[in-house]
Amino acid sequence: MLPDIPIEPESKVMHTKINVEDPDGFYAKLIELHEGLSVDESLKVNAKLILMMANEIGDRSTLDEMLAYLRDESRK
Amino acid sequence: MSAKYAGFGQARGVGRQARKTHPFVEPPELRSGETRHCPVLIVGGGPIGLATAIDLDRHVFPTIVLEKHDSVSDGSRAICWAKRTLEILDRLGSGERMLEKGVTWNVGKVYFGDQSDPIYTFDLLLDKAQKFPAFINLQQYYAEEFLVDLLADHEGIDMRWQNEVIAVDNDPDQVTVTVKTPAGNYRLSCDYLIAADGHRSPVRSILGLSFEGRVFEDHFLIADVRMKADFPAERRFWFDPPFNPGQTSLLHKQADDVWRIDFQMGWDIDKEAALDEKSIDARIRAFIGEAIDFDYEWVSLYTFQCRRMKNFVHKRVIFVGDSAHLVSPFGARGANGGIQDVDNLVWKLALILENKAPAGFLHSYDEERIYGADENILNSSRSTDFMTPKSEVSKAFRNATLELARDFEFARHFVNSGRLSVPCTLDLSTLNEPDTEDFSAKQRPGSPCLDAPVTCDGIERWFLNLLGDRFTGILFADASGSITEDMRTLEDQDIPVHTLVVKPAGCAAANGDIIDQQAHLQAHCDARPGTYYLIRPDQHVAARWRSFDIAKVNQALSRATGHSN
Repeated sequence: MLPDIPIEPESKVMHTKINVEDPDGFYAKLIELHEGLSVDESLKVNAKLILMMANEIGDRSTLDEMLAYLRDESRK
Repeated sequence: MSAKYAGFGQARGVGRQARKTHPFVEPPELRSGETRHCPVLIVGGGPIGLATAIDLDRHVFPTIVLEKHDSVSDGSRAICWAKRTLEILDRLGSGERMLEKGVTWNVGKVYFGDQSDPIYTFDLLLDKAQKFPAFINLQQYYAEEFLVDLLADHEGIDMRWQNEVIAVDNDPDQVTVTVKTPAGNYRLSCDYLIAADGHRSPVRSILGLSFEGRVFEDHFLIADVRMKADFPAERRFWFDPPFNPGQTSLLHKQADDVWRIDFQMGWDIDKEAALDEKSIDARIRAFIGEAIDFDYEWVSLYTFQCRRMKNFVHKRVIFVGDSAHLVSPFGARGANGGIQDVDNLVWKLALILENKAPAGFLHSYDEERIYGADENILNSSRSTDFMTPKSEVSKAFRNATLELARDFEFARHFVNSGRLSVPCTLDLSTLNEPDTEDFSAKQRPGSPCLDAPVTCDGIERWFLNLLGDRFTGILFADASGSITEDMRTLEDQDIPVHTLVVKPAGCAAANGDIIDQQAHLQAHCDARPGTYYLIRPDQHVAARWRSFDIAKVNQALSRATGHSN
C-alpha cells in the first residue's frame, strides 16, 4: 500500500459522481476522435488530452489524488 | 427485440408449443375477378400490422390485412415491451392481457468479469404510481395472438392469412396490389397501403426502395430455452463473463419458464459450427451449470443493422415498424419503436381520410417518426459500439470504463449495455405549439402524457384510460372551476376537442370530473388553477397555457392537424 496523499483541508476533492453532461454523447465523440488513427497516434492523442484536461483541472491535490488511485490500482 | 437478418438463423422447436394455424379462406375477389377498392390495405399481420388495423378500426376505417403465413410469429423474437408500448396497446385493448401474461421488470444489472456483484444497477421506472411497469418480457407470438383475439370485436377488419403481396403499383391517385394465394391470384386497390411487412419488407423490395445506415460486424446467438430456474426477473448483462470470455451475454426471463440467453460471438466465426447443437449445449451448460434441465424454444444467430429508409412515406405507400427502420436489439427499440409509429400514424391518416386534414399532413408522420427512429438508431449504435469496440484504443476505453465503474459512480454512466426504450418526446416537431408561458419541461409540447392514478365518478381510474383517442383538453380547475361555453363549442367542431376537468383531492366533482387524488397530475404538468393542456389523439402534448383561450386552442389545433404552421 502506498501512503495516502495528504489533502489540504481547503483543497478540492476529485469528483466521483458524474459531472460530464451527456455522457453517451461525450463517449461517442471520444471514440470518434481516434477513428482512423494508428495505436501510436492514439497514444499521443490521449497523452495530449490528459495534459489539456489536467491543465483545465489545475488543482494539484485533485490531480495527485487521481494519480495515487491509479498507481495503487494498476499495481494490484 | 427481434433476431433479424439471418439467412442462417434457425428456429428449433424442441420445447416450443405450436401456435394455432389459421385456415385459408378464399377471398371473394378471387371468384368475382373484380378489383375491390378499400381506403387502407395493410401488408403484414405481425404486431405492427395488427395494431394498425385495430387502431384504424377504432377510427371507423375498415381495412384488409394481408399476411403471407398461416400463423403468428414462429419464435419468441421481440420480447421486451416498454411502458409506452403497453400504454398504446392498452388503448387498443391488449395492454392488460400483456401485463398479466408477461414478466414484469424495472431493474437492470450490469456485471463485469467473474465478480458476482453487479458493477451497476439501474431502475427504469422513474415515475412511480404508473399503471404499467418500465418493461414486461413476453414472447412476440403472445403479443400477436392477443391482437388477433381482439379482431373478433372489430368487424371492420378483414384478416386474410396466406395472402402474399407480389406486385405493387404506387400511382398518384391509388395503390393497386396483386395478391398470391393457394387458390390463385387477385387484385385489390386502396387509397393508402401500409407496409408492415418486416425487416425484409417485400413491399420495399418491389418498389425498389432501400435502407441507409450501418451494419455491425459481430455475431450474436440467441438461445431461448425452457427451464425451471430461480434467476431473478431482472435484465442481467455481463461484460467478459467466465462463461463467455472476452464477449458479452444477456439474460431475460419470459413467460412460461422461457429464458432468453444472448451470447456475443465475435465476427470471425464458423456459423455452421456456432449453430451446432453440441456447441450451443456447451455454451448454455457453461452458463447455467449441469443441474438444470432445459429444452430449446428458439435459436437464432444474427448480426446487427442500425438502418432506416430515407423517407417512410412514398406517395401512397407508408412504411411502419421494421420495414422502415432497424436497430440492434440492445435497447428494445425495435418493436417498441414500431408501435409508436402506429400510434403516430393512425389518427393522422384517419383525419386525412375524413378530409379533415390535408394530404400533406402525412409528411408529419415522416418528420416525427424519422426523429424517433434516429433517436433509436443513435442509442442502439452507441450501445453496440461500446459492446463491440472497433479498434484497440476503443477497446482500451471500454475496459477502462468497466474497471473504473467498480470504484466510481461517474464511470457507471459511461458503461453502455443498452439504453432502453423510452417514449420519444417529439421536441422539434412542427406540430407543437411552442410554450409562451413559464412551465417545467417534464410535460412540454411533444412529450407523451404521463399516467397517474385518479378517481372519476367515485371510481379509481388511470388517467391515460380517460384520454381516449381523439383530441382532448385538460382543464386544471380549483373547487369552483368548470367547463365553459367556449369549451362546449370546441366539442362540436369539425375536429372536436373534448375537455376534461381535473380537480384537487377534496373538491366536489361534477359527472366526469377527474380528481387528482395524489396530486401526481398537477406535479407532472406543473399545473395551477386555470392551466389548460391540449392533448393529441396519440396522447402527446400539443400545447399548454396558464389560462384557457379558445382562439389559442384553435390555433394550436390547426397547427397540430397540418392546417398551418
